[in-house]
Amino acid sequence: MWQLDSTTLLVIIGMTIVTYGTRLSGLLLAGHLKLSRRGRTALNAIPAAVLVSVIAPTALATGWAETLAAIVTIFAALRLPVLATIGIGVASVVVFRMLLG
Amino acid sequence: MIVHSIIEDEDSLGQTRSYLKDDIIPAFRDIWPLSVAMIPIAMLFGALASGKGFSLLETFLMSFLVFAGSSQFAALELWQQPIPVLAILFSTLLINARHMLMGLSIGPKLVMSKPLRWIAVYFMSDEIWAVAEKRAQNHQVTAAYWFTLIAIFPTTWFSFSVIGALVGPLLGPPERIGADFAFTAVFIALVTGFERSRTTLMTIAASAITAALSYYFLGSPWHIMIGAFCGIIVAYLFADTGEGENVAA
Repeated sequence: MWQLDSTTLLVIIGMTIVTYGTRLSGLLLAGHLKLSRRGRTALNAIPAAVLVSVIAPTALATGWAETLAAIVTIFAALRLPVLATIGIGVASVVVFRMLLG
Repeated sequence: MIVHSIIEDEDSLGQTRSYLKDDIIPAFRDIWPLSVAMIPIAMLFGALASGKGFSLLETFLMSFLVFAGSSQFAALELWQQPIPVLAILFSTLLINARHMLMGLSIGPKLVMSKPLRWIAVYFMSDEIWAVAEKRAQNHQVTAAYWFTLIAIFPTTWFSFSVIGALVGPLLGPPERIGADFAFTAVFIALVTGFERSRTTLMTIAASAITAALSYYFLGSPWHIMIGAFCGIIVAYLFADTGEGENVAA
């Protein structure tokens, strides 16, 4: 319950430093950064590019149940609040796994 | 609304204003719905972490110190023995690189001393940032406002991470109730919340296809770097160069 693995602690501290670094660097750069329109578009694309890349294996390369559930979730997300979207996504993967598995 | 009076007294903060009425209560009103929505997600994080062998203390420390949900979920996704330390840190950097842009945008809008700003951005999650940006459209984002957000939202995140770690194992394997998919659903919800431009759609398509292919052929964690890189390149090459190109959803 209270044990603390040294490698796990190292990862947590590393993640803390990296995360705070990204949060602080924007604050420090504010007002000093000149970006072209293209450069700004590319930087703006980072969140979507990264988040999509993280879930692509589950959504596209795991099984039909997950892929179909991802499609259902996308349609839910376009109309519904976050909580309802997650609920529908989770319920649909359970249903598709029962039907296909 | 008393927008004008707040914007006018730039240098006399706190003298003619009531912290409670003008900052603390509005902050509470703005952040509580997001905090409630975060409870099941925090609990899922705790449950998945305990499934990966995290102790309660380790779960608490990660949620308390890192406080960046998507990168915490991604770290769990990559978690195995031996722990791929560098891959986890690299994916944290990639996923949280967006905070740099958020800091660029919100930094000049924070009406507080420099040391307070340094502390303030420590807690700048997507939700805190989004609420503060909205507030900045017609109010000042004061220290009292920002730190009220922080008193509520991060506290919810790390407390319910721990509660999830405690009750998660009682609910059985997360796959049985589809809880493993909640992470994917959260990310889909976040991505559809972004500005829906042609460039965003092309970025998403490029990243999804290249990430899935590199996962299939090269394995984890290469899919994150390759997929993200391809998406960013596509955004750069096909950047909207004119106005009015946003497509309706």
